[in-house]
Amino acid sequence: MSPNPPYALSPKQITLDAISIGLATGTYGISFGAISSVAGFSFWQTQTLSLLLFSGASQFAYVSVIAAGGSVTSAIATAALLGVRNGLYGMRIAQLLIPKLSQRVWYAHLTIDESTAMANRFDQSQQSAKRAFLATGISVFVFWNIATALGFLLAQSITSPEVIGLDAAIGAGFFALVAPRLTTKEHKVTALIAVAIAISFTPVLPAGVPILVAALSAALIAVRGGK
Amino acid sequence: MSWTGVLAVSIIAYLTKLSGMLVPQRILNKPYFSQLALLLPTALLAALTAVQVFGDNKQLVLDARLAGLLAGAIAYKLKATFIVIVITAAITAALLRLFLGFN
Repeated sequence: MSPNPPYALSPKQITLDAISIGLATGTYGISFGAISSVAGFSFWQTQTLSLLLFSGASQFAYVSVIAAGGSVTSAIATAALLGVRNGLYGMRIAQLLIPKLSQRVWYAHLTIDESTAMANRFDQSQQSAKRAFLATGISVFVFWNIATALGFLLAQSITSPEVIGLDAAIGAGFFALVAPRLTTKEHKVTALIAVAIAISFTPVLPAGVPILVAALSAALIAVRGGK
Repeated sequence: MSWTGVLAVSIIAYLTKLSGMLVPQRILNKPYFSQLALLLPTALLAALTAVQVFGDNKQLVLDARLAGLLAGAIAYKLKATFIVIVITAAITAALLRLFLGFN
């Protein structure tokens, strides 16, 4: 652990942290690019998702629901619901950085898990928080886009995804996204109920829909927690 | 693959982010909404994991993907990074298929 409180970090250290986070998410981007290619998306569709949607879990969900035979509507709904937390992050960033209206328009695009988490470390200093938010957002954006392009091109050279095990990589990818979230009892119970719902409804509902039904588990636990 | 869906989902994602930036704090600041917004990804990602591992069109199957997930989970426990977890799962599934005839 760092001997200094995080708000004492120098601008250079903040930038270095931001670059290392960008590099780390880049490795995740390679997986997304590969899976998007295997799912049948074109290079520019894959890159449009990385440039414009720019939220890893939503991108991953969108292409995998379609690859599993789900409709475009259920893929959009799943990705949109996954993105609801970014709205919450936006509120936090607006409160922390108090940006001008013109800044909010483009800060919004950089509002993702990583940039919000980094900005939150500096709630004692608005200047450091702003630097952390922008440096992390921009760093992740750049590395993410390079990585998804690379992943797409790598996967193009693979002919049979089952043999290489890429289908198994998708499930493991979602697992790697959800596992770090299971820190409280609420999150664990929500995940268990969601798995039970998704598995129960898979044989009877069209592909993609069981995932949306599983979202109810979050509403259920949130209501209980509010009491 | 449809461009309409790609563009629609991208626009919705951006507007969600922007709405958080523009909405007055007090409206969405209720504990229920913040709790829901944090639990939603957990529910959806857990459901996506289950469907990607057990689902095959409308059937539930046990195949090399589950072994891949277990190997990936072990890698996670050993504090592996995202790409190592994913590659561990892929290689495990591929090897079981090549040498042990798994589906």
